[in-house]
Amino acid sequence: MEAARQPVVRVRGLHRWLGEGETRVHVLRGLDIDLEAARTIAVVGPSGCGKSTLLYLLGLLDLPDDGSIHFGERRVDNANEETRTRLRGAEIGFVFQFHFLLAEFTAAENVMLPMLKLGRRSPGEARAAAEDLLDSVGLRGKADRRGNQLSGGEQQRVAVARALANDPRLILADEPTGNLDRGNSEALFGLLRELAREKGQTTLVVTHNPELAARCDQTLSMLDGRFVED
Amino acid sequence: MARNSLQLNLRIALRLLLSKRRAMLMSLAGIVFGVALLIVMLAQTSGFEGFFIRTILGTNGALRVQDRFQETVTSMVAADEDAGDTFEVALREGQTYVQGIQNPRQVLEGIFAFDSVVDASPVLRGPVQVTSGFRSEEGRLHGIDAASYLAVSDLDRQIVSGSLDDFGVQPDGIILGSVLADRLGLRVGDPVLLRGAQEQRRFRLVAIFESGIELVDRVHFYAHMREARLVLNEFDSVSYIQVTLDDPDRAPEIAAHMSQVLGYHVASWQARERSWLEVFRALKLSSAISMTTILVIAGLGMFNTLAIIVMERAREIAILRSFGYSRRDILSIFLLQGILVYVAGTLLGWLSAAVLTRIIESIPIRIRGIFSTDHFIMHWSFNHYLIAAAIAFVVVITAALIPARRASLVEPGAVVRGTSG
Ligand SMILES: Nc1ncnc2c1ncn2[C@@H]1O[C@H](COP(=O)(O)OP(=O)(O)O)[C@@H](O)[C@H]1O
Ligand SMILES: [Mg+2]
Repeated sequence: MEAARQPVVRVRGLHRWLGEGETRVHVLRGLDIDLEAARTIAVVGPSGCGKSTLLYLLGLLDLPDDGSIHFGERRVDNANEETRTRLRGAEIGFVFQFHFLLAEFTAAENVMLPMLKLGRRSPGEARAAAEDLLDSVGLRGKADRRGNQLSGGEQQRVAVARALANDPRLILADEPTGNLDRGNSEALFGLLRELAREKGQTTLVVTHNPELAARCDQTLSMLDGRFVED
Repeated sequence: MARNSLQLNLRIALRLLLSKRRAMLMSLAGIVFGVALLIVMLAQTSGFEGFFIRTILGTNGALRVQDRFQETVTSMVAADEDAGDTFEVALREGQTYVQGIQNPRQVLEGIFAFDSVVDASPVLRGPVQVTSGFRSEEGRLHGIDAASYLAVSDLDRQIVSGSLDDFGVQPDGIILGSVLADRLGLRVGDPVLLRGAQEQRRFRLVAIFESGIELVDRVHFYAHMREARLVLNEFDSVSYIQVTLDDPDRAPEIAAHMSQVLGYHVASWQARERSWLEVFRALKLSSAISMTTILVIAGLGMFNTLAIIVMERAREIAILRSFGYSRRDILSIFLLQGILVYVAGTLLGWLSAAVLTRIIESIPIRIRGIFSTDHFIMHWSFNHYLIAAAIAFVVVITAALIPARRASLVEPGAVVRGTSG
């Protein structure tokens, strides 16, 4: 690790317990990470080792029980709800295993929702930007289709475009290709890498696919809530 | 920025709402129905109440100055050397009840000294036997001064046959209530015999009035003051002075004040008609409560629908939260769904209420009881529309707030975790 470069994300001693009473599990057991700008990092590990839990914490969707998370200089894990909400909108793009498009909205509208919330773009600009993003994920001409008029792969690509909507510094993808066939997975993964590199975004991808992991700049292996050396 | 945010939340709310079209239409229908019926019931009950009050005011005036308590035995108090409490007893015992007004001219002057008094007219009243041919009825003769009495009553508008002008020029003219005239089988122009305690005199029926209040139309009748004095054998005093005010709603306070100044008992119309006014109030309240029930049921339906949307859309809520929508945004998205239904329901309810009121007004119905009318009396008041809107607002906001709060408390992490491996 180069000491000179300021990491985009710095995690120290992260702990997370889940569940109550008897079923309470120590999921994350003291994680340290430094994520550098413009890199794509794969997180691999057996099911249940805590990969998703880590991503939710990094995405400010959950609160750690111990440890700290910094975005640049700023400590964010203990920030107030309002700040966390704003950071989620402005700094983080999340791609979930399921696409979670809003069924009542078209592809373009789904991509526009985070933009309009952030309010940096006018509705007209947001529409144009959404079309560009849909273009770049290969959905040219499908901007006005509703979610249920798109295939699973297409929906997931809309979700990727939505995650990129506000040019976030950090993209978190939790098994984004988990529900896609091989061809679609490859294409989507390639797309994520390419876009991240193009825009200097840092991307953390959880995947079970070793081939995909191998194509990333770096791979982090997790086991029982800790990172292990390969 | 805030407006932009509201607009955005409104759009999302609308889309979510339209996804549950049928359930929301049911809630909407309930609100329309509840608002419309609430307004119509208010319009109807206050219509009849208003009619009753107008009739009462037109017949009996806003105030009546009548009778008094006279302190007659103050000397007894002075003679008594005992403690204070005996003094009070003595005073109470020293009051005598004096019927009527012995010095009407002086009292009238006192009455007109009040700014809020519009007109006042003295009336001499007494029980009289009204006889025509073989039929005879007990009635209440009201000796009036025609000119001033018209100023304190709606008698001119209550005339159903004959004319007041004839009354004005005929010293022996009398005006009978419609029911009384019917019972006696009398027509305008017929001779009538009035028999008081000692005197009896011949009169001529010159006009028939109908106040609409059965009780009045059955016993009231009018003659000129001078003739009435002869029949009733009463030459100085009057029974009461009828007073109209610029603002009848203030009658109770003015009555209290006037009573203090004049030393006479002054009765406001509100006090005289208290029992009927209570009936109308109870009627209004009970119909408002039953109509509010409809709104509450509509609110329950809406609560249910919104709660289902919140459950079904937990993921979408979590997603919105994951890309920058705050708890408050989510709260507003769900509250707005309620407000959209509320606004649509209230506007449609208002419209339906106006249409229904128009229709009901034109329904012929014959009521003969405490008052008489030939159609439903509806009172148009924007207040009724505001009251209905306010009640619907409370119901809808309460119904929407609980699911909306639950939605806003959705933990994005927890929801998303439940869906992935
Ligand atoms: N609500 C919960 N209560 C108890 N344990 C939980 C809960 N949610 C997740 N877990 C446990 O936490 C561990 C980590 O889960 P997760 O982060 O989803 O793993 P991964 O994404 O690596 O498959 C798993 O062992 C899972 O069983
Ligand atoms: Mg997982």
